[in-house]
Amino acid sequence: MTEFDPQSEYPIGVRRPDLIRTPSGFGLGHLTLENLRAGVIPEDEFRATPETLRMQAQVARIAERDQLADNLERAAELANIPDDVILEVYTALRPRRSSAEDLENWALRMETSYHAAAIASLVRQAAAAYATQGLLA
Amino acid sequence: MTDSSRSRARSERGLRREAIIEPEPDLGLVTMNGPNDPEPELTIVNGVIVRMDGKQSDNFDLIDQFVSMHGIDLEVAVETMALSDQEIAMRLVDVSVPRTALVRLSRGLTPAKMAKVVSKLDPVEMMFALKKLRARRRPANQAHVTNRKESPALLAADAAEAAARGFAEIETTVGVARYAPFNAIALLVGSQTGRPGVLTQCAVEERRNLQLGMQGLTTYSETLSVYGTDGAMVDGDDTPWSKAFLASAYASRGIKVRSTSGSGSEALMGHANGCSMLYLEARCLALIRAIGSQGVQNGGISTVTLPMALPGGTKMILAENLIAAWLGLEVASGNDAIASHSPIRRTAKLMGQFLPGTDFVTSGYSAMPKYDNMFGGGNYDADDLDEWTTIQRDWQIDAGIEPLDEAEALRVRKLAATATQAVFREIGFPEITDQEVADAVTSYDSRDMPDRDRATDVEAADLVFAEEISGVDVARALDQAGFQEIGEAVLGMQRLRVSGDYLQTSAIVGADWNVVSAVNDPNEYEGPGTGYLLEGDRWNLLQSLPHLLDPDTLNPPVSEEPAKVTVVGDAMRGSDPSEVVVGVGPAFLGTLRETINGLRHEAVMSALAEGVASCGGTPRFIRVLRTSDVAFIAHDAASLSGSGIGIGVQSKGTAVIHSVEQEPLDNLELFSMAPLLTLDSYRAIGHNAAAYALNQRTSPVPVELDNYARAKHIVQTTFLHATETAAVEVGAAPIEFVLG
Repeated sequence: MTEFDPQSEYPIGVRRPDLIRTPSGFGLGHLTLENLRAGVIPEDEFRATPETLRMQAQVARIAERDQLADNLERAAELANIPDDVILEVYTALRPRRSSAEDLENWALRMETSYHAAAIASLVRQAAAAYATQGLLA
Repeated sequence: MTDSSRSRARSERGLRREAIIEPEPDLGLVTMNGPNDPEPELTIVNGVIVRMDGKQSDNFDLIDQFVSMHGIDLEVAVETMALSDQEIAMRLVDVSVPRTALVRLSRGLTPAKMAKVVSKLDPVEMMFALKKLRARRRPANQAHVTNRKESPALLAADAAEAAARGFAEIETTVGVARYAPFNAIALLVGSQTGRPGVLTQCAVEERRNLQLGMQGLTTYSETLSVYGTDGAMVDGDDTPWSKAFLASAYASRGIKVRSTSGSGSEALMGHANGCSMLYLEARCLALIRAIGSQGVQNGGISTVTLPMALPGGTKMILAENLIAAWLGLEVASGNDAIASHSPIRRTAKLMGQFLPGTDFVTSGYSAMPKYDNMFGGGNYDADDLDEWTTIQRDWQIDAGIEPLDEAEALRVRKLAATATQAVFREIGFPEITDQEVADAVTSYDSRDMPDRDRATDVEAADLVFAEEISGVDVARALDQAGFQEIGEAVLGMQRLRVSGDYLQTSAIVGADWNVVSAVNDPNEYEGPGTGYLLEGDRWNLLQSLPHLLDPDTLNPPVSEEPAKVTVVGDAMRGSDPSEVVVGVGPAFLGTLRETINGLRHEAVMSALAEGVASCGGTPRFIRVLRTSDVAFIAHDAASLSGSGIGIGVQSKGTAVIHSVEQEPLDNLELFSMAPLLTLDSYRAIGHNAAAYALNQRTSPVPVELDNYARAKHIVQTTFLHATETAAVEVGAAPIEFVLG
């Protein structure tokens, strides 16, 4: 398998389908109506893996869209975090929902449980900014 | 003082229901260059921004903090902040400075600088810059599909038709929040019936919205509202950090994200801090790029009427779109909420986005009549579709809507409603009746739809969240019910999430599931003949309007049967002083047999003869062959007339009373409104011609005037006149003839 070239291999699904895998490791070709009928597609397969999102981040970065690339890298960190945890973190980041300690706990949990360093950094920045504007709980 | 009737008529127009005011800068009611806007500035010390747009970093609010940390490329900033506003403005309109160079410049600009630069441009310059800066090569459009009854069959039918009309994205929302899952499902099934690959969303409260996306029932989201001040942001129950997190959360589930901003919202929410709308919007846009959103819908949006109440409103709205494109963002450029009561004013505003082309020319064209638009939208709606496609044809502009044949519209509407009925049955939702399906195909709006049991509906809709019914379940239900093709398409939408290709800027899904975005199909306009050109198959498609008339229906019926006329011989000059010579065109009672008003030529001749006789004159008929021009026909007739008075009549019915003493293009009376001329008119024309011949006093024949006649008949007139002209025999002498 040759390495991914973000400059020339987008759309990845078309130009490098060999690099795209579902969370359980199937290729795009496996995701057919027939296989769905046959019950050989596990639940929750129709989502991007962290690896895929990192490739998309590379595509955005080489297209000189740094912030979109950063966002896609954060998305890669969130890809394996359960829906309900994501909704909890979102709520915690809303104005006056969390104390500085709450947010620090979220940041630690993101780092230790999910290796989500960029998300943790975003949460810590939020805590510092909220302190300046009286938006902590 | 009594108002004039004209002033009263103007005051009763829709426009005058709108409040138009002087600027009130302290309330944020000023469009651009507000007196309280900060001067652009940026101070960087040791790689950190310590001062920006009038504030020291320890006074930075949330937005300043986020933008200074994530939104400005410090290396580029050193270079660009040193350039004068004028220099940067010049580059925006300089055709030799490409888009990529301008987007790079923007990475180093503060919000105040962007607002200052853009406000140096006039509207045409802004349009040119926007054409240059649009991210995706080809413009597209987005539709709204909603209805007041939240009828799933009607939602599906409308979504299918919108998809078949070429909308790249379709957005729905709810009247009652609990309906969201049903509406999302109806939209998903409907859209994929109309055209596989159309992206859909259901705009509801952020958390619920994310849930729908996670379950694969929607593929994009533009609910990420951003405001230009902290006060408005916090009232919206968010911060730059919660928005940034949300943007990442959506992307992590393979959902395309677009933010929403739009001037006027801060003032409306009481948090404008005395700043101009454009400056606050520039702050929004800097923040939107900083949080990593790929795009924005802006340009007034739901508060569009507020900037439009102020001087320069329309221009400022265009400036907003321009800044967004300049920042490299995908732009869905408003024109969704009703901008004015006045159709003239709405369309004047629209041209700012329509002519340059944006990624989505509207951020919600109402696919159904505006009565059913639950977004406060309907600036353009289902009733306006033919106008929209005709205006595209007029300007040779692709604004993202394709003409659609009625039979095809009905077919996809029915298929979508039936498929949605089947999905509801398979999953065990409350029944969609056959009557609902039938009504959904042909209804004008939801008032024509049967009522549903709403209590049962919302209870069942709750189960979609509780049981996590997903897009895959919808595909499975379609498959089980025998709708394989639509099932494949719904599954295709799920599959798109696995590669994440449509997370890139300005992505839409073209034919055969090909993702088309600013990455693989960027706008590379660099002057005439470059960039997106509407030509070839696409131009043919956009020209072929269903209301195009078949030329065969316009071509006059050509008669094979010889007319019942007898040729007397070459027309000679008469000597009878009571004579009126009627000259007819070369095709009269030849290849043509009736006027544009459908009057048989024989009847026209009889009416003219009766008219002449009724005043004591003597009619004589000649056919002029050398010309098809009515003035020359009449003048030829007059010159052969014993009295010197003649009448000219073209085959299409246009008539003139002429005197030999006049110049050919002068006349005594002209009757140019052939479509309005009746047999009585021709009698009156004959009467007056005889009166001139006999030197009697007469009033001109009263003529009807319809200034729309040309708009209605000009094409048909051209066809008729072409036939007449084809019958001209150059140099031929006129011939005299009689009926029978």
